[in-house]
Amino acid sequence: MTGALVAHQITVRYDRQRVLDRVDLRIAAGETVGLRGPSGSGKSTLARVLALLRAPDSGHVTLDGQRLPGVRHRLPAAVRTRVAILFQSPRAATDPRLSLADVIAEPLRATGTPRERARARASELADLVGLTPDLLARRPHAVSDGQLQRACLARALVHRPAYLLCDEATAMLDASTQAHLAAVVTDYQRRHGAGVLLVTHDASLMARWATRVVELPAGGRPTD
Amino acid sequence: MTDLALPARLRRPAFRPGIALASVVLVGAVAACLAAPLLWPLDESAVDLARIRLAPSWEHLAGTDDLGRDVAHRSLYGLRVSLLVGAVAAVVAAVVGGLVGTVAATCGGRVDRALMRVVDTIAALPHLLLGIFIVAMLRPSLGAVVLSIGLTHWLSTARIVRAELLSLRTRPFVDAAVAGGASRARVLTRHLLPHVLPRLALATTLMVPHAVWHETALSFLGLGLPPHLASLGNMINDGQRSLLTGAWWASLVPGLLLVAVTLALAALAGRWRDRLDPRVRAELHL
Repeated sequence: MTGALVAHQITVRYDRQRVLDRVDLRIAAGETVGLRGPSGSGKSTLARVLALLRAPDSGHVTLDGQRLPGVRHRLPAAVRTRVAILFQSPRAATDPRLSLADVIAEPLRATGTPRERARARASELADLVGLTPDLLARRPHAVSDGQLQRACLARALVHRPAYLLCDEATAMLDASTQAHLAAVVTDYQRRHGAGVLLVTHDASLMARWATRVVELPAGGRPTD
Repeated sequence: MTDLALPARLRRPAFRPGIALASVVLVGAVAACLAAPLLWPLDESAVDLARIRLAPSWEHLAGTDDLGRDVAHRSLYGLRVSLLVGAVAAVVAAVVGGLVGTVAATCGGRVDRALMRVVDTIAALPHLLLGIFIVAMLRPSLGAVVLSIGLTHWLSTARIVRAELLSLRTRPFVDAAVAGGASRARVLTRHLLPHVLPRLALATTLMVPHAVWHETALSFLGLGLPPHLASLGNMINDGQRSLLTGAWWASLVPGLLLVAVTLALAALAGRWRDRLDPRVRAELHL
């Protein structure tokens, strides 16, 4: 089972409440999997498990056939950066002290890329997502949610991840920004063969974008 | 939406009379303390029994005490000592508390629980009593007073730092940094500590007036600096005996100086906190 990010029999509980019960989900390279379900069904939790940010209570994740032994810092940076996640709230997902240019370049700086190369790559990605140079000097409080989510998308793509998880990433955005971000992700996916997980309540976006839709019932197991 | 779009006149911070007054008080006090040894030297052991308990006049602006010493002159030197003790003790408390809070939050588990139980245990003891014990162990001196205050006042700082770090590390921007490949050290130094430092600095600044009060209390109890040295606590302690003879000024002037400087420090610390927080800066158009 190579070329896929796979959740195997994932169970997650918050205190006594079981939000995911032996859930399996496979995102193959190049495909866009839509994940939908009622609020509280564990979609975001599953995305965090797949993003290697939360350890499940049972079950495991495999990345391109390799079973991952842990999450977060228990995994080397080279493994973590193969999966990127785009959160619903760009404001919560950005360090308010950093300028947008630093937000985008930070993953590169964190993994040892020299400052000038990181800046050049950040500038290239900013251009791709439609951020003008004057916006790059601003900090998160001085831009709109849409502009900030563009920066978050640029940050997510900075390491050229093999899998991109979009957790309600367009929920707070206007239609034109939503369309632009979808186009950038689709283009990236086409060029790099990346697998995409699309968590959204937006049925029309799901229908247009996802190649396969998985339903996640509350506390239950997903069905195609 | 953006402060950059505002006209320059609207982006200027509003004039705040309270902050301006606090700045004038603090700058004036610090400048006077620094200049005093050059312009107005004090012989700590000098007494003038012909001039005891003189009321405030042009010659002695704050009167004289029961040993004939100029109260204004000694208050200036007392403030100098009290501010020095307060600042150094606050820094000691901040360093100890910051380290304990950071280690507890980042290690978690048993280390966190053990350190927090130590904090709870020390917090259960009256800190003035603990301070007196430390001074008694080390004999009264400037260093002993600093250690006594610093080693009993780091508890709240440790709790603040730990709570801030625990809260911050669950934020999505920290998750994003982890997913982006940042190491533990990078997350701590780049994304967590810079958010905690303003609060740590604020806690330290607010600790200065508290430490000044603590030094005053120790000196008032006769456990602080040697009695012949001018400190605000020593002077208030000496002055309370003069109250019975009607010389109210001997305690009043050092007391007012203590209140004015500590209020000024607290006001400026609050203002500094606002300026360091990017979101508050945006709201204030700074």
